[in-house]
Amino acid sequence: MNAPGTDYYLERAPLVLRDAIVQWSPVPAQWLVHQLITIVAILAVFGTFFAFTTIAERKLLGRLQNRLGPNRSGLPWWKKGPKLWGLTQPFADAVKTLTKEDIVPAAADKLLHFLAPVLVVTFSLLTFAVLPFGRNLIPVDLDAALLYFFAAGAATELAIFMAGWASRNKYSLLAAMRALAQVISYELPLLLSVVPVVLIAGTLSTQDIVLHQGHWTFGFLPHWFVFTPWGAAGFVIFLVSALAESNRSPFDLPEAESELIAGHLTEYSGFKYALFFMSEYFGLTALSGLGVTLFLGGWQAPCPFLQFIPSYLWFMFKLVGMLVFFIWVRGTLLRLRIDQLTRLSWQFLVPLALINLGNAAFWALTAGWTGPLQLVRWGVSLAIIVVPFVLIGRRLSGTRAPRIYRYAAS
Amino acid sequence: MTLALFILALLILGSAAVAMALRNLIYSALLLIGSWAGIAAFYLWAGAEFVAFAQVLIYVGAISMVVLFAVLLTKQGHAPEPVEFTSLSRFITGLIAGGGVAGVLLGAILGMPLDVRTAQAAPSLTVKELGARLMGPHTASLLVIGLLLTVALLGAVLLASDKRPDQPEDAP
Amino acid sequence: MLGTGIIKGLLVTAKNFAGSYHDPKRLVTVQYPEERTKLPENYRNFPFLVTENATDPMGTLRCVACQICEKECPPQCIYIEKSKDKKPDAAGKPQLYPAVFAIDIAVCMSCQICVEVCPFDAIKMDQVFEIATTNRFAGLLLNREQLAKPNSYFHQIHPTDAAEIDARLAAERTAAEEKARAMAATKAAAAAKPASPVAKPQDEPRRSPQGEGGPAA
Repeated sequence: MNAPGTDYYLERAPLVLRDAIVQWSPVPAQWLVHQLITIVAILAVFGTFFAFTTIAERKLLGRLQNRLGPNRSGLPWWKKGPKLWGLTQPFADAVKTLTKEDIVPAAADKLLHFLAPVLVVTFSLLTFAVLPFGRNLIPVDLDAALLYFFAAGAATELAIFMAGWASRNKYSLLAAMRALAQVISYELPLLLSVVPVVLIAGTLSTQDIVLHQGHWTFGFLPHWFVFTPWGAAGFVIFLVSALAESNRSPFDLPEAESELIAGHLTEYSGFKYALFFMSEYFGLTALSGLGVTLFLGGWQAPCPFLQFIPSYLWFMFKLVGMLVFFIWVRGTLLRLRIDQLTRLSWQFLVPLALINLGNAAFWALTAGWTGPLQLVRWGVSLAIIVVPFVLIGRRLSGTRAPRIYRYAAS
Repeated sequence: MTLALFILALLILGSAAVAMALRNLIYSALLLIGSWAGIAAFYLWAGAEFVAFAQVLIYVGAISMVVLFAVLLTKQGHAPEPVEFTSLSRFITGLIAGGGVAGVLLGAILGMPLDVRTAQAAPSLTVKELGARLMGPHTASLLVIGLLLTVALLGAVLLASDKRPDQPEDAP
Repeated sequence: MLGTGIIKGLLVTAKNFAGSYHDPKRLVTVQYPEERTKLPENYRNFPFLVTENATDPMGTLRCVACQICEKECPPQCIYIEKSKDKKPDAAGKPQLYPAVFAIDIAVCMSCQICVEVCPFDAIKMDQVFEIATTNRFAGLLLNREQLAKPNSYFHQIHPTDAAEIDARLAAERTAAEEKARAMAATKAAAAAKPASPVAKPQDEPRRSPQGEGGPAA
């Protein structure tokens, strides 16, 4: 395996820290302290990650749209102090949401109205338990880790429905059902795009999948799954489905302001709204983390001599890269309508994901081809996925002519 | 171990019982979903990881949606209708029927020779072994289930689509 | 091929992002209040009273309290009280002046009618918009001292208008002086002839030369 990395002191530093704290606590409670440290670490790290994702998103979106993002919230006690480029904005937002009045409609179902944001954050956070953040940093090493991830993600849909129902607002309910239709439609491409990875790696455990991507050809080309034809196609389908699963632009129909006010979140204000917002970002981060794990090599470094950077930092870099890409897409693409959304999923992504599965099977069966046959293998694999993509794309957009914008400057 | 099982059993049976007692249909549906999640926890307690996560994925993730959509799309009004006591004979018939079914089930379960090994740790089945067994000795059942699901999906698509071949496509 | 449009769009936004750091065309934000955009010359907000110089504002108001703007103002937000005495104005002629001149800018709708009807070019439109105040009633009722701004300021905000008005006024003043000199010459010539009955010299026009031009523009 990767011997230079395993004993490296920076790699082992978090574990040493954790063991020190566990040793320091009384013996009967040591197992509890051990788990609590993991939980607290994940909450602290991904809580601050969420806070800085919001400010990074606003500033990045601003720059993508030819404007500055928020840059005025400095330090509170310095009246004329430094503005810090607006980096304390998330804390200002947190204070705002905490002090806002919490309005619950009089006819609303109080228990469900209260439970919905709680459940949605809980299930979004549960998915973090099986992501391998580093070489030895996986909170729970399950054998069926991928299945656990998708099971926890599926339970968030229930909370969306509860939010829409509990508001006793027929528009909220309608929007909740549309949101549910969107999430269900994109569960299928999401899962189908992940199945080829399971096929090739032969395991459902996320840590094993990362270890599978740990080799380098010619000493510098990593074996990440995204650099194979089926992996690239699977990654693209995964990206699109992840965007739709977490209700994010261009699939943010459920929560867009011009759509039924705020959809299933209409009757939520203050901290409960912030909890929904948080769960969306946690879901996005978890899905990005899963994408990094399955396709981008997880915590593996791209070249063997770059292994001096600890594995958890590599995971974070790749995670940040994926989030920046998602923010870039948000700043570029227009929102899809509900019928365009569902048509994209059922008529385009699902057939392509199924074909990709066949593609991965071909790849697995021809693993023994070496030498010039490798080129044939790559060529056939690319053809298996690109030709249907072009054909299905042509067929589906055949009835709709390309739009001609007469007045927009090119 | 048995304490955990006791709590789980209380959760599962309690949710199901309260689900039947409540008059609000959505509350009953949600409590039933809670009961299914409790069953998934039971599978985890028993060491069957794969089945537990499959239970959550299928029941809480999909079947609950079906139940909730069905309730939503067919609900007549918001006021829960109270169930009234109709007649004594009906009550007694109900008791006898329910008690009879419960008795038959209990008799069948208790009378079965279950292999109860207390101290020995049961071997945990990895997902790979599960997959190998599904594709090996149990291939026939897997294929039949696959065929059943495909037929169900095709039937659903057929039922839901009402487009005639000569109707124009939707606007872009 | 499907997807090329998306790639092109992503490249455009990437260009926006990269350009926002070095290309001023790609970052159009003006960070108010540290930076301000240049207002166009014809921008108008609320009226102000023009004074000839800044050292004696109340003494050199062009306004003669004729109350035309008060009558023409559609929401009737101007309140004028004439003075009891006359003070010499910028051209030296004794004129009435407004003892009280108040505009309620909570009511004023910036229609510029007061400017259009003023015969003396005394009230013009200002460009100040940062006049927020914490007192809803007293803070938004501007009195004479707050409304009076010098002609130099008028030149700053509306240079073409101010130049044109100044030229016109100067021309009228010189024409009036010419006329006065001509009158004085004829009067002197008439006084030199003692016996012939001379018509009484014409009354000096009631209005000052400034008024001869009629309403502005």
